[in-house]
Amino acid sequence: MSKCCCGGKTILIYPCSGAANTGEIADRASRKLTKEGYGKMTCLASVGAHITGFVQSAKGAEENITIDGCSISCAKKILEHIGVTPTKSYILTEMGVEKGKIPVTEEITNKISNKIKKSLSSKEKQENNTEGDENSGCSCCSC
Amino acid sequence: MKIEILGTGCPKCKKLTKLSEEAINELGVSAEIVKVTDINKIIDYGVMVTPALVVDGEVKVAGKIPSKKEITKWIEKN
Repeated sequence: MSKCCCGGKTILIYPCSGAANTGEIADRASRKLTKEGYGKMTCLASVGAHITGFVQSAKGAEENITIDGCSISCAKKILEHIGVTPTKSYILTEMGVEKGKIPVTEEITNKISNKIKKSLSSKEKQENNTEGDENSGCSCCSC
Repeated sequence: MKIEILGTGCPKCKKLTKLSEEAINELGVSAEIVKVTDINKIIDYGVMVTPALVVDGEVKVAGKIPSKKEITKWIEKN
């Protein structure tokens, strides 16, 4: 769902969703993170196709997170092609997933999404510590 | 020319509408401004963050309020 200015921080998640097991795990982990409220998975293919709504959303979001299956980093590179540097990038082969060698299971999907959640939570804590209360919250209204 | 303001009606959406109206009036061009609040229509544009400005079907900006100068430039180009 689209977020309005009063809806809090917009975090968009882009998995590479590639053909290998790594791409499928990236995709499944992104869907899980979305369901659990860590961000909103969106269509990397649409960004690659330069669909203006998706391109401008990436440019306007507070955070863009890429989840790539392998070090080719297609998701990260696609965002960079439109001039967006991801705020956080994950590569599954650097997180213990062997490309083409392990099956796609719920266990590995959970393991990866948990690692990402942990990383995102620690990043958020760091930001909260540096920002302080006066910079938090919405700036467009009195909410 | 058709200008669409995508958003659910928050203050930022209203400000974007006002700036667009001013830009149109100052340029003296004929344009229709349409406010799109239906979330499904917003998603159809691929917009994940609002407010967003669409000029003749092309999303020019999303998630932030552009300056009037930028809006003017987009209208002039069309």
